[in-house]
Amino acid sequence: MRSALRTATDGLATGLAVLSTVLVVAPLVAIFVYIIYKGASSLNWAFFTQIPKPEGESGGGMANAIVGSAVLLGLASLIGVPIGIAAGIFLAEFGRGTKLANAVRFTADVLNGVPSIVMGVAVYALIVTPQMPFSAISGGVALGIMMIPTVTRTTEEMLLMVPHSVREAALALGVPNWRSVLSITVKTASPGIITGCMLAFARVAGETAPLIFTALGNTNWSVALNQPIAALPLEIYRYALSPYDDQHRLAWAGALVLIALIVAAVSLVRFVTSRGVLKGAS
Amino acid sequence: MGVGIEVVNLNAWYAANHTLQDINLNIPANHATALIGPSGCGKSTFVRCLNRMHETNPIARVTGTVRIGDLDIYNDAKPVEIRRRVGMVFQRPNPFPTMSIYDNVAAGLKLNGYSNRRVLDEIVERSLKHSALWDEVKDDLKKKSGASLSGGQQQRLCIARALAVDPEVLLMDEPASALDPVSTSKIEDLIFQLKSQYTIVIVTHNMQQAARVAEKTGFFLNGRMVEFDSTHKIFTNPSDKRTEDYITGRFG
Repeated sequence: MRSALRTATDGLATGLAVLSTVLVVAPLVAIFVYIIYKGASSLNWAFFTQIPKPEGESGGGMANAIVGSAVLLGLASLIGVPIGIAAGIFLAEFGRGTKLANAVRFTADVLNGVPSIVMGVAVYALIVTPQMPFSAISGGVALGIMMIPTVTRTTEEMLLMVPHSVREAALALGVPNWRSVLSITVKTASPGIITGCMLAFARVAGETAPLIFTALGNTNWSVALNQPIAALPLEIYRYALSPYDDQHRLAWAGALVLIALIVAAVSLVRFVTSRGVLKGAS
Repeated sequence: MGVGIEVVNLNAWYAANHTLQDINLNIPANHATALIGPSGCGKSTFVRCLNRMHETNPIARVTGTVRIGDLDIYNDAKPVEIRRRVGMVFQRPNPFPTMSIYDNVAAGLKLNGYSNRRVLDEIVERSLKHSALWDEVKDDLKKKSGASLSGGQQQRLCIARALAVDPEVLLMDEPASALDPVSTSKIEDLIFQLKSQYTIVIVTHNMQQAARVAEKTGFFLNGRMVEFDSTHKIFTNPSDKRTEDYITGRFG
């Protein structure tokens, strides 16, 4: 009797866990499948090599937006990753328990909650001027600032997970504290820190709103940092709203390419950073 | 070569907790000295005062004098300099998990800016031979992580890492308490060999271990040093009733 009840409870709990997993994964799979279904048929060589055709004309591609997104994300990472990691190291190692650290942590959390459109408007107000109009740089700054809180907080959490015994081992060898932090603690936490950077990267890669007021978008070829630049999310947004079926198809293809590029970038970083990892290293 | 340690009126605190009270003793050079006592008696705090690791805890405080050789470690030198001369092995093996076996041993030198490849190779080999680990790892030095070794091997790796910076004193805080009997006996053999070249201070809960490896033994109780004498005397004819009660198993 007891045992039957226990078996039933176990079955119920397992069933609920499986159900929850399905509920979480199902929308993701559905989105993927639908995007591949709608987008793959519009993918062709021209999509990757040509720039958009004028309104109403069929054909054309998003070559400029693919390159533009790469430029914007490169700029964003150049800003967001070093500042975010440095701030995370400060929070976890040097400023632990200080008022400044608490203020920085609070600010990072608030920044994380700021709507992305507000970030775009803020950067517009701060950077976009007549001398420096809508440009790749201002778009990169907006995305970079959005990356900082995620990178900062994951870096801090990953550093705090490094066992105290590892820090003590370094100090007991007569290694100065700063050296121990940079060469031992950060190195030990680096897989988690890289994951945080990838999360932040993937998040801003799909951002549209902060780019509307900053990078603006561009229907022509441009990789100049001080000029408006095209970006995949902006193109998807623009084409999805257009009245032409042909452009809808391009929008689907753009969405597919954007996801594929994020997956590719994340996998590449994982592959590069996992080389040279030793047997048995945790 | 090892040097002697002279401790005068050492007091230590964790916040308001007075963990060490008026410790005075002389630890002889090139011998092994064991510190025994029940949990919480201050013996670990005491060894951490000998390489200034105690003060890495922000709530910790220490007063008194500790001389290692001619050096008054609380007045004449910076903590990092002391810790290069006074190596430490911890209770749980703590190799650097992302480093190879080779890099673990070389860590103390590399992180202090030493980079001569040939000399590093020599020191790594010598340190691993001193810690009786060389034959087990010589083929995987740069391939395997320090964390991939067994617990006993990791502890010998940590000893090699401490020896690589060529300290004069080696502090061991219950170095075998997390290990199986075979690994423990290897560590004890090692202590036996190392004490001709280094001054060794070993904290242990295992009284047989103290009797096997140490010439001198100190008994700590409630933050005070009750008795310090030759190991033989402590275990056969202690002067203090409390020492006798502890070693005969009446408490602790």
